[in-house]
Amino acid sequence: MGGGRIVAGLLAPHPPHLVYAENPPQNEPKAECGWETLRWGYERLRKQLESIDYDVIVILSPHWQTYVGTHFLGLDNFKSLSVDPIFPNLFRYHYDINIDVELAKMIHDEAESDGLSVRMMENPDFRVDYGTITSCHLTNPKWDKPIVSISSNRSVHYYSVEVMQEMMIKLGEATRKAIWKSGKKAVVISSNSLSHRHFVNESEVPEDMSKEHITNHSQYLWDMKMINMMKNGKTKELIEMMPEFTEQTVAETDGGALTWMLSSLNYPTYPATIHEYGTIIGTGNAIATWDTNDEKRTIQGVSSK
Amino acid sequence: MNGEVVLGLFVPAHPHPLLCPEKSPGWARLREAYEQARMIIEESEAELILVYSTLWTSIIGHQFQGLKEPEWVHVDHDFHYLGSMPYKFLIDTKFADNLANSAKARGLESRVVSYHGFPIDTGTVVALSLLNPDNKLSAGICSSNMYSNRAETIVLGKSANDAIKKSGKKVAVVVVSSLSNRMFTDKIKPHEEKIHSQKDDEWNRKILEFLDDGRLEDVSQLSREIHQQIRVQKVVAFKPMWWLAGVMGQHNNFAGKVHAYESVHGAGCAVVSLIPKLDEVGDKEYDEDDVETYHGDRNVLDTIISEENEEENNDSELSEESSNENEENLEKESFSSSRAPKPVGAYPHARKVGDLLYLSGVGPRQPKSNAIPGGPVKDVTGKNLDYNMKAQTIACIENIKTILEDSGSSLEDVVDVTSFLINMDRDFADYNSIYADYFGEIRPTRTTLEINALPTPIAVEMKVIAKIKN
Ligand SMILES: [Fe+2]
Repeated sequence: MGGGRIVAGLLAPHPPHLVYAENPPQNEPKAECGWETLRWGYERLRKQLESIDYDVIVILSPHWQTYVGTHFLGLDNFKSLSVDPIFPNLFRYHYDINIDVELAKMIHDEAESDGLSVRMMENPDFRVDYGTITSCHLTNPKWDKPIVSISSNRSVHYYSVEVMQEMMIKLGEATRKAIWKSGKKAVVISSNSLSHRHFVNESEVPEDMSKEHITNHSQYLWDMKMINMMKNGKTKELIEMMPEFTEQTVAETDGGALTWMLSSLNYPTYPATIHEYGTIIGTGNAIATWDTNDEKRTIQGVSSK
Repeated sequence: MNGEVVLGLFVPAHPHPLLCPEKSPGWARLREAYEQARMIIEESEAELILVYSTLWTSIIGHQFQGLKEPEWVHVDHDFHYLGSMPYKFLIDTKFADNLANSAKARGLESRVVSYHGFPIDTGTVVALSLLNPDNKLSAGICSSNMYSNRAETIVLGKSANDAIKKSGKKVAVVVVSSLSNRMFTDKIKPHEEKIHSQKDDEWNRKILEFLDDGRLEDVSQLSREIHQQIRVQKVVAFKPMWWLAGVMGQHNNFAGKVHAYESVHGAGCAVVSLIPKLDEVGDKEYDEDDVETYHGDRNVLDTIISEENEEENNDSELSEESSNENEENLEKESFSSSRAPKPVGAYPHARKVGDLLYLSGVGPRQPKSNAIPGGPVKDVTGKNLDYNMKAQTIACIENIKTILEDSGSSLEDVVDVTSFLINMDRDFADYNSIYADYFGEIRPTRTTLEINALPTPIAVEMKVIAKIKN
């Protein structure tokens, strides 16, 4: 086959608050309002995505945590109820998700031949993690595209951010190669916040926006530093900065999603579109798109193969 | 009637003993040990089972399962290929409220969660499925807060004990956790199963030796060291023993038994039971401050590095103190008597300054056995007991006499006495009559005070100053 490609990379954070505030029919709890600016940012992202033709979403979420290798959802459909273990009061979502098992298996195989430890997840009772659900819902609420869901290997816990990055860079390359071989047009999603120090209590009314702000100033400065690099197409530098950023702000980039996505895009040198930045219980969240078609850009590195 | 903890268990969290014990002899032994633990619960006549699993991490305060009959088919994130774990548990919802309220009363942020489909963690599912298969006992489940440090976790344990007392029930408490938690990061075959490293194995064995001896408090106090040595550093601090000690009473007086110790995918897994001994209270050494109520905010910046710094600072304070000490060493001389009860902290029995001898506070504990004549004032669970004040006062003064004689003085040389009683109304008369028997003729100056508590379960402690015989 061949000829497949990544048509966009997204940074799509997954705090369940954003789904809660939107009151979609799938979610049991109901909200009055909340986090509007971030949700408007997601609206802009969806608008942009409407102009991009794609077949499949490939997503890595830090809330499917695996210690023994990287895992891939490996059955055609998963349907159940997802309850957030931290915010069960905000997120009890009835999901029905179609999986592109063929592409999942291709990425799995590619990663395996590159020396990564991998496994397909084929237990029908498995519950899809709420990070994947939230990011996919906010990106594509119609759920009309199948997804490939990749677990977050916790090498960061066992070793370091540096080792995590090495593995995620490899996984990104394997993802890129597999997508090319599949002939499909894919959107890749890094599902995570940036800085991740947060409040340790919740206000009486969760959507009370008078309580919402970044946890501390240094965290804000770090987020802006990272976002500026995204805006200026300096993704290689961003990857180099990642260990320090991740340690300093306990960033959710520790799960490897952002490194993996940037690697799969072969480190874009063009600017990302930043749709919005905002805080959720004190964490920093940016919504961004790397549109690989914009100005006829193609991802270099694989097509020559 | 007050409820009480009748049994403590430490059990592993991995699903292997539940789902496929037949695949590895080690997993089968863990399964058998789980079965033994189940029978011990039955024998203990526990009415309720309270589970603390390190795999249920909470972030917003402490959470307690509050749904009456949570039911689901659980699948582990890593070991999904071993199969599904269908469950239906029976939660004591009143006890859940009680747990949350007791936690609040001690200054902790807490809430009850009762939602259908709430993800109960693998550790809790495994433990409750194997220890309480037919829901004969109702259960309580509490979370392990990601950021809570030692003080907060001990207070959480104590608040669980408050709730247990209030419930009026006999409770088996269960901690679900690994010892060393480093797993192999690649796939292994069941027959390749072993502890990840020799160092992990040696530490696990040391911890189990302590627990087999019933020394829970000693393991609790070693928790930071254990974390440093055999835990994956960036995964949260090793805290289950803080909680268990908090809920079971911070002491070493248990009948401990290790039922199995095996590896699961490289991690150290053990089944241990601890049954409180109700006779006497053993030695306690408070290296660290005890805490009753939580006042702090969780510091999410708390890292091992800052703890190390703290220790460094402490060290420098200590060395300053000892250099001052050196200057005055000529003037001072300290005494410890092998015939007197062992101090419960870093202090000598007596200290000489000029021709006066200052004694540390002395209680009635017996030098070798640590037994308390007249009986302890409360048992290990904190339940008040009846005790004989006269016997305690006699033992106390006899201990003072021994120390004085071993330090070159005598009861006759005592010039000043300060006495501390935990219950003036109940005990003053008995104390006063024994005091008169010993000191009536000697007539030192005296002050008697009532205080809240003493470090061991005793009713009286006395501190004296005496002349030294030339
Ligand atoms: Fe998250």
